Amino acid sequence: MRRFAALLCAVWLAALTAAHAEEVVLGLSQDSVSISTAFDGSEILIFGAVKRENPIPDGPPLEVVITVAGPLQPLTVRRKEKRFGIWVNTAAVEVDAAPSFYAIATSGPWGDVISDTEDLRHKISIPYAIRSVGAPMSVDRPQNFAEAVIRIRQNNGLYQLAESSIEFEQQTLFQTAISMPANLTEGAYPTRIFLTRGGAVVSVFETEIDVRKVGLERWLFSLSREQPLLYGLMSLAIAIAAGWGASAAFRVLRRG
Amino acid sequence: MMIYLPIAEVSVNAFVLLGLGGLVGVLSGMFGVGGGFLMTPLLFFIGIPPAVAVATEANQIVASSFSGVLAHLRRKTVDLRMGTVLLIGGLIGAALGVMVFNYLKSLGQVDLLVRLCYVVFLGIIGALMFVESLNALRKQRSGKAPVRKKHNWIHGLPFKMRFRTSGLYISVIPPVLVGVCVGILAAIMGVGGGFIMVPAMIYLLGMPTKVVIGTSLFQIIFVTGFTTLLHATTNFTVDVMLAVLLLVGGVIGAQFGAVLGAKLKAEQLRILLALMVLAVCGKLALDLLLQPAELYSIGASGGH
Repeated sequence: MRRFAALLCAVWLAALTAAHAEEVVLGLSQDSVSISTAFDGSEILIFGAVKRENPIPDGPPLEVVITVAGPLQPLTVRRKEKRFGIWVNTAAVEVDAAPSFYAIATSGPWGDVISDTEDLRHKISIPYAIRSVGAPMSVDRPQNFAEAVIRIRQNNGLYQLAESSIEFEQQTLFQTAISMPANLTEGAYPTRIFLTRGGAVVSVFETEIDVRKVGLERWLFSLSREQPLLYGLMSLAIAIAAGWGASAAFRVLRRG
Repeated sequence: MMIYLPIAEVSVNAFVLLGLGGLVGVLSGMFGVGGGFLMTPLLFFIGIPPAVAVATEANQIVASSFSGVLAHLRRKTVDLRMGTVLLIGGLIGAALGVMVFNYLKSLGQVDLLVRLCYVVFLGIIGALMFVESLNALRKQRSGKAPVRKKHNWIHGLPFKMRFRTSGLYISVIPPVLVGVCVGILAAIMGVGGGFIMVPAMIYLLGMPTKVVIGTSLFQIIFVTGFTTLLHATTNFTVDVMLAVLLLVGGVIGAQFGAVLGAKLKAEQLRILLALMVLAVCGKLALDLLLQPAELYSIGASGGH
């Protein structure tokens, strides 16, 4: 019994040192994305190196998986059905939390870089990123709703899985580019870098990319939420001024 | 040039918006309608969320009708008294409309309601206008003057009031009811309601045509202004950036439209407008009848 405990202890120690044997040193081309008036999507370059004190271990090669996730939001997913000859929203399912954006990049084919158990443990692949689903009993096949979220957002470019898109040199230097579409939501975008070997995660590095509306966008957005009455009055004032301006300008033109 | 709209949270081409504003402006200048009933569906087509399109369009109509009413005030073709009565009804209607809008939004049916309203009203108005202008063209050829009935059941109602500018002595009930209906529509559809108000004033209330447009514009300013404020404070869906882009295009387009419109005959204009209304209606109806490519849709969770 004591020998078994000692063995367990040794294995645990070995695992601990192995976990620290290879670490990520990371760089981002930008650690914040500013949504300005001219914002038209953004491309973030993620690059880094693997720091190790020992030579590269034998066995399967080191692989990299990078995920960038947007803020979690609760969603309502609705399904249309034909009623009285027209297409109407009928069933609805609440999804507790789905990221507004989710991009995965890997250094090799998905099956080679990570095992299913590690995927489940770290919640890496897109279906695990969505926390769902307390579907009401009346709804048949609720899993279709979560699948629909993934399908719609993949078509919008909001959810991306880019296999083999990380360039990984000499099991040491890696780099990839994540493209973010124009319809981004504000918030902190947690970014995770996993080093895997033979499908098992050996090291995790986490950071955040900050996405913020800036300048006029920031000002208008916060005004509309914090001072909605003032914002509404301002919209009206602009409209009245434009209407009066147009009328006055064309009177001058017609006279001239 | 792509522009990011802060409230709609989508990026759209600024020139597309200016162009749309201009195009609808030309049409509204030509036909003397607000153009909201065309602009809102067009905004749906380019991917603006319906709730934002409806609220922002109300804001844009404030500008175009204010510009119009100034011209009518100078010509003294606004019945302020009738306008105020219509307005009281309109404000009640707008409040009801926003309540209905928010209730249906929580049910996830707001999209359907807005689209159904459009199909039904565009269909009815388009068809009526088409038949009416065809008849007018035919009568013109045969040389008979159109006859209008002076007295109907409306003149038997209580609470009579004198409207000097319109030369009317009628009950206030029908104008208030017309106002309520238009107010509800303005809130739900994001339109000024001119295309319903104008026929109602001429045919139901028997007002002289020359004061109808100015009076309708006068009360539309307040109803859409009120609607804008309600949407801004309850739904946060008014996008100022979008409104300004549409305004600029619309204001310029309207002036060109007015020049173009002067060169065409009134009946021909009305037939063209009727055809256009029916085309928009047909497109929206097809969307409801044909199976959509994607059966599922994502919305923000209830209560937001």
